[in-house]
Amino acid sequence: MSATTLSGVDRPLTALHSYDVHRVRQDFPILSQTVRGKPLVYLDNANTTQKPRAVIDAMHTFYETCNANIHRATHYLGMQADRAYEQGREKVRCFLNARHFEEIVFVRNATEGINLVAQTYGRVHVREGDEVLITAMEHHANIVPWQMLCEEKGAHLRVIPIDDTGELILEEAERLITPRTRIVGITHMSNALGTINPIEQVIAMAHAQGVPVLVDAAQSAYHFPIDVQALDCDFLVFSGHKLYGPTGIGVLYGKKDLLERMPPYMGGGDMILSVTFEKTVYNDPPFKFEAGTPHIAGVVGLGAAIDYLTSLGMENIASHEADLMEYGTQQLQEVPGLRMIGTARRKASVFSFTLEGLHPNDVGTVLDMEGIAVRTGQHCAHPVIHRFGVSATVRASLGCYNTREELDALVCGLHKARRLLS
Amino acid sequence: MSDTIQQRAAELLEEFRLFDSWEDRYSYLMDLGRELPPMDPADKTEENRVQGCQSQVWIKGSVCCTAEGPIVTFDADSDSAIVKGLVAVLHRIYSGQPARAILEFNVADLLQQLQLEEHLSMNRRNGLFSMIQRIKHLAASQAVETGG
Repeated sequence: MSATTLSGVDRPLTALHSYDVHRVRQDFPILSQTVRGKPLVYLDNANTTQKPRAVIDAMHTFYETCNANIHRATHYLGMQADRAYEQGREKVRCFLNARHFEEIVFVRNATEGINLVAQTYGRVHVREGDEVLITAMEHHANIVPWQMLCEEKGAHLRVIPIDDTGELILEEAERLITPRTRIVGITHMSNALGTINPIEQVIAMAHAQGVPVLVDAAQSAYHFPIDVQALDCDFLVFSGHKLYGPTGIGVLYGKKDLLERMPPYMGGGDMILSVTFEKTVYNDPPFKFEAGTPHIAGVVGLGAAIDYLTSLGMENIASHEADLMEYGTQQLQEVPGLRMIGTARRKASVFSFTLEGLHPNDVGTVLDMEGIAVRTGQHCAHPVIHRFGVSATVRASLGCYNTREELDALVCGLHKARRLLS
Repeated sequence: MSDTIQQRAAELLEEFRLFDSWEDRYSYLMDLGRELPPMDPADKTEENRVQGCQSQVWIKGSVCCTAEGPIVTFDADSDSAIVKGLVAVLHRIYSGQPARAILEFNVADLLQQLQLEEHLSMNRRNGLFSMIQRIKHLAASQAVETGG
């Protein structure tokens, strides 16, 4: 039995009862602190999420008990480190339901994953006059790497427009996928609006024309389950630090046959099979794309984050956040002068808004004085913010540990901001 | 000139000392912003804009030479009420002061005593630090030109 919620994610009706958010909160040491004498209300999750003790402990334990370099040591610690690193890869593979471990490449973050694809797949396949297609709601990370590529190749960046609610205009997508399109880059979920894109449909449209699709899952991966086989995307990226894991570690998923045919991104150790001054033979994926000593402890921490999320259940997290989304949307509507930016039918975990007559920076400052962390500004997505005719927004974004009481605190804070700033 | 930077800073500290809560401190800060002499909209050019990620600051400085040496004055504005208050604090401290005094004054200390120092470290957001740099740069260029 399931119900379609505001987030558009089907959720089991019974799930909420088993999700004890107050117990979840106890797993996050940082959440118990006070800020400026007030209990911390952390609503900046789309920026980065807080870390459960399991992640902190796993990294701590790694450094205390089995730190060594990977893929080169013959000693005990080296083998332990190897195992920990490759176990991390296996956890990511399961998390995304990828077919093969070779399809999971560790990078620093989603941004690096996109740059990697642009600079390898892109440089091989995009030529003068070709087109790269993105959407009007992309984060700069899914705009600038393609712009750089297009500039270098004399290719054109095309943009699928969105409507006034922040939804992708699918008919335009259909029209914009042309015989010149070489790749489509699309966000699974907008960081600035919360819109969940119908990527299944866009992928099907692109594949009908033989065009591969890169999905930016930086914002979606920690909100609801992702199945790369079901999506049939060609590439997908996300960052560990948004997935309750450490900073400095991210994932690029790529279909095995594509990764095999792509040239390497960076040269160095571990990405080679043999090196002479005349010729280097490259290693196979994923190692071909992991030059140099990687963030081993980061992979361990990411693995622990995935274990933690799996133990909570991604479906449970999705339904908990969908409940908060519904509640928060209602409560925020009561704040006079509040204009929600992004009102897509399928939306998750992001409230992006302006308060009439008030500068978002000032609203954010007042909220901060109340111990409430939000982000204000353009959210590294200038084009989509400008699309709505505003210069900046206040963004409150949800994570698995947020509560209705925290949304009440946000609403109180906004009333206070109106009183103080008007 | 009626008062020195130090006197103006002491005055500000005295005024802010009246407030116990951050709410009152910020309300007063925004009051100062409202009293800031208006900037000619024509001066809000790209050249006069200080890059801030979230709020914008414009500043147009000029120097007049007096018998006592170069005096720096400026007009400034911001689209954020709180940042405008901070701009007003800087205006009150710096504008009309000798270049040499501007260079010698430790503004970070003052902002800390006013409990507003967090805004200085938030440069990427509000451009305050860059604005101070611009004022000091202007003062420094004059101090050099006059052999100071």
